[in-house]
Amino acid sequence: MTIEARSLGFRYGDKPILREVSFTLTPGRFHALLGPNGAGKSTLFGLLTRLLALQQGDILMAGQSLKKQPADAMRQIGVVFQQNALDLDLTVRQNLQYHAALHGLSRKEARKRGDRELERFHLLERANDVVRQLNGGHRRRVEIARALLHEPTLLLLDEPTVGLDVASRKALNDHVRTLCEHDRLTVLWATHLIEEVREDDQVLILHQGQLLANGAGHAICEAEGTRDLAETFHSLTGAG
Amino acid sequence: MKASHYWHCFVGIQTREWLRFWQQRTRFASALVRPLLWLVVFAAGFRAVLGISIIPPYETYITYETYIAPGLCGMIILFNSMQGALSMVYDRELGSMRVLLMSPLPRPFLLVTKLLAMGVVSIGQVYVFLVLALLVDVEPPLWGYLAVLPALILTSLMLGALGLLIATWIKQLENFAGVMNFVIFPMFFMSSALYPLWRMNEASPWLYWVCQFNPFTHAVEAIRFSLYLEWNPVAYGITAGVTVALALMATAGFRPQRTRILGGKPA
Repeated sequence: MTIEARSLGFRYGDKPILREVSFTLTPGRFHALLGPNGAGKSTLFGLLTRLLALQQGDILMAGQSLKKQPADAMRQIGVVFQQNALDLDLTVRQNLQYHAALHGLSRKEARKRGDRELERFHLLERANDVVRQLNGGHRRRVEIARALLHEPTLLLLDEPTVGLDVASRKALNDHVRTLCEHDRLTVLWATHLIEEVREDDQVLILHQGQLLANGAGHAICEAEGTRDLAETFHSLTGAG
Repeated sequence: MKASHYWHCFVGIQTREWLRFWQQRTRFASALVRPLLWLVVFAAGFRAVLGISIIPPYETYITYETYIAPGLCGMIILFNSMQGALSMVYDRELGSMRVLLMSPLPRPFLLVTKLLAMGVVSIGQVYVFLVLALLVDVEPPLWGYLAVLPALILTSLMLGALGLLIATWIKQLENFAGVMNFVIFPMFFMSSALYPLWRMNEASPWLYWVCQFNPFTHAVEAIRFSLYLEWNPVAYGITAGVTVALALMATAGFRPQRTRILGGKPA
């Protein structure tokens, strides 16, 4: 599914947060949304997930406007939020079943799909554990498994590695890339950590609400005349 | 979306609320202490100074405990609804709200279902309270326990919607203490929960009219009359009308950016 953002603008009161942001996400590719803290990444996620109402511009999912066909669009999106969105006192399976029900799936279907996802994430044996007993990395995996339950074509992850150690961060990043390759899933991975981005990724660099670069990582480096993405990121945003 | 999608979603939201209720059953049990104190301690003291004449729906002289029991049922729902609404937009329920709002089903349906689910848990507490009230001789007719159910559902939806509306739009009331001082206590004290309105009229006519304009008064009266198998169309009509109006306003006016659902401070 192609996702197209057209001239997105957003302001909180008088303060502009996003200005004329336009991009297209290619189906089945891993896209990194790179930006320092406060760049507007979470606001952009808010718009893509309909938690924020569009003020200016439009988002098209497979050609359908998010304004006009929100239900169709929401069926296609799986989301992993920056902050934990699991019920810590419920079991892994109960969390998955809640999500599945919200997407209109029966308990039987939810169980089937839930077990399938948990198996893929090597978490099936933890299905009846209360989420509070899981470590941070496993919780994140449960959140991704949950986001995939309704079989979306677009997976949005807003700084999913926040609070994880280096090894868990890498494992999670690798895992999502595998999903992207195997399932032809379109991924938008927001981060401020340059080490989570590879040069052959599609990279969007957001800074102070403006999209400063958009394209393959190596092509951006070439255009900027820099050695690598870290240098590009630093020269464009002053961060890194 | 098919009807079955709505049904699975409805059941899923209800189930989750009950699972959480079960996880936190000690907290829910402790929430019963407040109305029981009112019933046992406050009512015992007040009985001596306040005589209750025969007023509908009662057919004979009643004890003060019997009079305030329906008001305390309303109080349980009032506290729970406000607390629940605040937790939806500021506190414990933020994670589940994020997940809820990602559903492709219409947002008003999701929010009303969520409010109803929270209401069902409150209603469970009301029934436990009514069973315990038997110990102080508050004995409504047996069928009254069933007849009161629609009034309890309406009240919980009305107050849940009010809570959501307040929590979304009035930033100054983002903590429970503020809501308690400016919403819960005025609504509770300026109603027929603790004193019959004719008494209020004798004491202060303007206060009487404030009570009349307070929808909580009519919710309490709808609970009182149905608990004693009497039909009060005015109380029911006002409660139902206010419920529909508040539910429409709360769901249509719901803006996640005015809450902490997105993370960070509300806009």
